[in-house]
Amino acid sequence: MNWFLRFFTSSIGRKLIMSLTGLFLIVFLVIHLIGNLQLLNDDNGLSFNTYAYFMTTNGLIKTVSYGLYLFILLHAFQGILIAKVNKSSRKNRYVSNQGQVANWESRNMAILGILIFAFLLMHMGDFWLKMKMGQLDMVKYDGYDHPVKDLYGRVSIAFNQLWIVAIYVIGQIALYLHLKHGFASAFQTLGWNHPKYTPLIKSVGLVYAILIPLGFALIPLYIYFVK
Amino acid sequence: MKLTLQIWRQNGPQDKGKIENYQVDATEEMSFLEMLDVLNQQLIEEKKDPVAFDHDCREGICGACSMVINGRPHGPQKATTTCQLHMRHFKDGDTIVIEPFRANAFPVVKDLVVDRSAFDRIIQSGGYISVNTGQAPDGNDIPIEKGISATAFDAAACIGCGACVAACPNASAMLFTSAKVSHLALLPQGAVEGERRAQSMVAQMDKEGFGFCSNTGACEIECPKEISISNIARLNRQYLKSSIASSEINE
Repeated sequence: MNWFLRFFTSSIGRKLIMSLTGLFLIVFLVIHLIGNLQLLNDDNGLSFNTYAYFMTTNGLIKTVSYGLYLFILLHAFQGILIAKVNKSSRKNRYVSNQGQVANWESRNMAILGILIFAFLLMHMGDFWLKMKMGQLDMVKYDGYDHPVKDLYGRVSIAFNQLWIVAIYVIGQIALYLHLKHGFASAFQTLGWNHPKYTPLIKSVGLVYAILIPLGFALIPLYIYFVK
Repeated sequence: MKLTLQIWRQNGPQDKGKIENYQVDATEEMSFLEMLDVLNQQLIEEKKDPVAFDHDCREGICGACSMVINGRPHGPQKATTTCQLHMRHFKDGDTIVIEPFRANAFPVVKDLVVDRSAFDRIIQSGGYISVNTGQAPDGNDIPIEKGISATAFDAAACIGCGACVAACPNASAMLFTSAKVSHLALLPQGAVEGERRAQSMVAQMDKEGFGFCSNTGACEIECPKEISISNIARLNRQYLKSSIASSEINE
């Protein structure tokens, strides 16, 4: 085996993949949230629909989005493989289970990850697939020379159903727990542990893990209860 | 104090094993192992098989004692090995569950005794300095900054007991391996081979069937010598650096 393969199949090499793809997804979530907050604008979808048009037609963004799909799959696939190794490295379990000293979320990243992945499939099936391949109504706004797909309308319909809103909130709770451990953990895996900066990374990670899922959860809640 | 002990009895590596109940009379000033000695004396007098458990120095420095007490490696007391755990931390009438460290890489030999030679093989793969460094040098012969020598010493405090593996939800040996890599890598005699050492010790650790580190931090909570997971980050740094930047190609 050459050094490259050997490195990426070693325990630390595989964890590096988890860390780097995780950090990429952490950056993506910020951009995704900022864009989606335009759903809250009271402009009949003008800002959101033109933003969605830009995101699905701009060449650079399309290229990055293929990377995003790849990294999501890599993170999920590698995560499942690691969880399998970890689960099978203690075949005989402890009789007493009073001794769990680590946080629940840190011990259940795979379960949270599977929940998030299931949520993601539903989320993408509902919006991404319809935007890419399905039939969406077209709207034309003043000052724009061409009509754009009315994704805003599709989102509004979805978020007027309570069960969808509930699934989105549950998905965000899983995301919160996953990020609560994942954010700081990604830096530890990279070896970024420092008496000055580790407390900072942990605090920023906690704030991030709260704010981002909260922001995402606010969108369906606002559309359902306020609009 | 009267105690009910629920102890894992397993006749050998192939035996399935099960929990058995015992009653024992102990006093507060006994250590946990002395309490087990009393139980074993009782069992011997009844012509029964005494409970097998590992022990050696009984002063908290050898790393031989290895048992999980109420789900916690070395018991509930912070920074304390089983031999240094005293019965005053338990109450009269308590039920105590005692089982061996559990990990595929640590097969049970008998009862509470596990085979930790996987750790020895990790050390053999690189936990040493290849050249003869001579006798202990005079103090301050090689100036080493205080912070560095203290960090190296903290890592060297690892007694290799395996509580980190026992505590880890993934049965990972990263805290042990990282402590051994760190205490050598931080000092000038060991730094020379630092990268090669990180490579070979991680390769051996992976081969032994330990799980992967997922940064839960359970190991540093349970470690009787309070080894910090900052050592794991150091090992990650060393391993990543030696894999990516080193010009040496390990096949």
